[in-house]
Amino acid sequence: MHKEFLMGNAAIARGAMAAGLNRVAGYTGTPSTEVLETAARCRQDALYVEWSVNEKAALELGAGAAYCAARTMVTMKQVGLNVASDPLMSLAYIGVKGGMVILVADDPGPISSQTEQDTRHFASFSKLPCFDPSSVQEAYDMIQDAFAYSEQYRTPVLFRPTTRVCHGYASIEVKDPEECEVHAPEGFVRDPSKWVIFPRLSYQAHLSIEKRNTELSGVFSEYAHNLVIPETAPDCRRGIATHGISYTYTMEALSGRQAPRVMKVSTPFPFPEQAALRFLEGLDEVLCIEELDPVIERELTYLCGKHHLPTRILGKLTGHVRAAGENSCASAAADIAAFMGWEAPAGTETAPPPPLPVRPPVLCAGCPHRASFFAVKEAMKGKKSVFCGDIGCYTLGNAMPLDMVDTCLCMGAGVNITQGIGRIEPDTHCFAFVGDSTFFASAITGAVNAVYNQADMTLVVFDNSTTAMTGHQPHPGTGRTMMGEVVEKVSIEAVLRGVGVTAVETADPLQLQEAVECVRRVDAQPGVKAIIFKSPCAVLIKSGKPVSIDPAKCTQCKRCIRSLGCPGLVLRDGRVAIEQSLCTGCGLCAQVCPFTAIGGDDHAE
Amino acid sequence: MQNNLLICGVGGQGIVLTSKLIAGTAMHRDIPVMSAETIGMAQKGGSVFSFLRLGEGMYCPMFPEGSADLIIGFEPAEAVRMLPYLKKGGKVVVNTHPIMPVTATLKGSDYTGREMLSYLTEHVPDAVLLDGDAACREIGSPKVLNMIMLGAAVRCGVLPFSVEEIEETMRRTVKEQFHALNSRALHYEKRG
Ligand code: SF4
Ligand code: SF4
Repeated sequence: MHKEFLMGNAAIARGAMAAGLNRVAGYTGTPSTEVLETAARCRQDALYVEWSVNEKAALELGAGAAYCAARTMVTMKQVGLNVASDPLMSLAYIGVKGGMVILVADDPGPISSQTEQDTRHFASFSKLPCFDPSSVQEAYDMIQDAFAYSEQYRTPVLFRPTTRVCHGYASIEVKDPEECEVHAPEGFVRDPSKWVIFPRLSYQAHLSIEKRNTELSGVFSEYAHNLVIPETAPDCRRGIATHGISYTYTMEALSGRQAPRVMKVSTPFPFPEQAALRFLEGLDEVLCIEELDPVIERELTYLCGKHHLPTRILGKLTGHVRAAGENSCASAAADIAAFMGWEAPAGTETAPPPPLPVRPPVLCAGCPHRASFFAVKEAMKGKKSVFCGDIGCYTLGNAMPLDMVDTCLCMGAGVNITQGIGRIEPDTHCFAFVGDSTFFASAITGAVNAVYNQADMTLVVFDNSTTAMTGHQPHPGTGRTMMGEVVEKVSIEAVLRGVGVTAVETADPLQLQEAVECVRRVDAQPGVKAIIFKSPCAVLIKSGKPVSIDPAKCTQCKRCIRSLGCPGLVLRDGRVAIEQSLCTGCGLCAQVCPFTAIGGDDHAE
Repeated sequence: MQNNLLICGVGGQGIVLTSKLIAGTAMHRDIPVMSAETIGMAQKGGSVFSFLRLGEGMYCPMFPEGSADLIIGFEPAEAVRMLPYLKKGGKVVVNTHPIMPVTATLKGSDYTGREMLSYLTEHVPDAVLLDGDAACREIGSPKVLNMIMLGAAVRCGVLPFSVEEIEETMRRTVKEQFHALNSRALHYEKRG
């Protein structure tokens, strides 16, 4: 063992590798992304790593590898599991041969997700064991246990950290290389009675899954990470049940005090019933401090009913803990103080500060998406139109002054939503905006649907040759893989033509006039048509020279600022100026200025 | 002995590396360390922070308001935003150069940071104010703000190590071509 300072996600990857990981596949999504990236970076020859096109593909690939007795991990964020839920539900019945861990990162808050869904429900819904680590060290240790249980019980297992564990860093104990396991998969052994799902087989499997889960509930009751910490307060008949990062907030709040009994639930499913009964023994009241849904609270309430216990279970369902949002040290301390009858933690009583500037996230200076949105906006000025957005950096096109995103639902939804709107409002110019990575992940079927059902719409693909929002992962259009290979790029234009979109144009959004004309031309055609705005993500290319403003020509009309909202355009003492440290010299503002006051180097003279 | 630190500013100012260098130095001295920072959407011009804790007996990297021994503010308004986390008698080091948010530009408002600094000095009279922009120009690179701030923070005496120890960590982790520049920034002290 030795010490390393690791991010939670890196610890998960390293722990999985210490457990003899052979294969990892995933789809990028905050807060899960760095798990796969770490595996790719630290990989030895025996490990295969890929970004799959989406979570469903990743999970199916993982299943195939696990049938061959390989130890496999599949990574995604919580909403990704919705996409992968079809294979997940069936695979739970089929089972695996090699250890298979499905890493699903939840995002209380939510900080960078569409929903506050709780993967612990997916565990009970799919009947799969689930692990919920509370710290970086525990994530490293428990992922190894997860592989062991998975292989022993021949079932995939879920591993569900939350953002603060994924993105927290800590100095932790990790295994030396010679302590790590090496696992050689035996390969696929043909057995249709095992690997082909059939109703009769499913009936049998269902019976044995229920039996196994009852057994696991007992096993997990003795699992070292399901802790019951005895009370230090004399005669205290109160207890706190918690999990994940909230457990650490709880312990911080209790440190140095005479504390009630505490239970940490690290395996929310199958619920460790015997351990919970030991915890409940003799308690009058229990406060459940949970994030997302009241899973532990419901289990304890159920157990009290089942065993006729007089204990009152409090938490989100009873209004003692806030129903939504992230917990914090402060919220846990306040909830515990109220529960224990302690004096509320003192707030800071300083004078309120002057109004603080708000800093919502914005598209980067020089981002080509800004140009694409602006081109469509210009072309559609005065026309009744609707703009369906999607998931990616370009969701930020909703902000003022662009204001070009009317809907955003989930990955790949925009192309279909726009068809739905078009059916009800046939006089509307319908646009769907989708990024290149999202296009490959889940918009192709929508395009086929539009062609087949004779929709009238324009699909605009923002192709910046990367998955920008989650930190620039490669995808099928980039021609690079996580194994470092350079491969044939999948052409978006060829895909669209292949599925029957005949009107497809590719344009450079930073050539504003041509881009606007392209939009007008394409929009005027009937049926399904597409524009591919191709220009690389500004973060990935070397910035050009910042533009400059000719003070003699600039009338301070502020048109550039009001049309584009580029962070490179600022006001200095009330006058428009270029923020040299941010401007990439993309030249968009120069094309917007009605007085040609903005230009390159030689221009100001 | 525990040390709670909060580093805050705006995406792109080099806060993550600052936090890594402190953590790396602590690791080298066998001091347990934990940290937590903003990742994701917040990076695109948003407020960014990093909580950092050194010492024994910690459960989580975050700490409640009123517990920071030191706040390193890379931007005046961001330092004020995080000020409730400062404990009584805690230290503040702040860069006086403001960063204008896009929303302020759009509204035509003229945020200068001055009102933030006067609020700050009113509440923390011994706050160390440092014009990071001028310092960067003097040193000759806009990229060394984080090293300037880090050097000044270490000189406050809250952290259990010296500028030289941080410098060693920097040499172990940063590409060699930047060593000389970073060293100058770490040792930068305003004259006069
Ligand atoms: S990361 Fe790239 S795609 Fe995302 S906003 Fe910045 S420039 Fe645009
Ligand atoms: S050229 Fe204009 S639009 Fe482009 S990054 Fe610079 S300021 Fe922004």
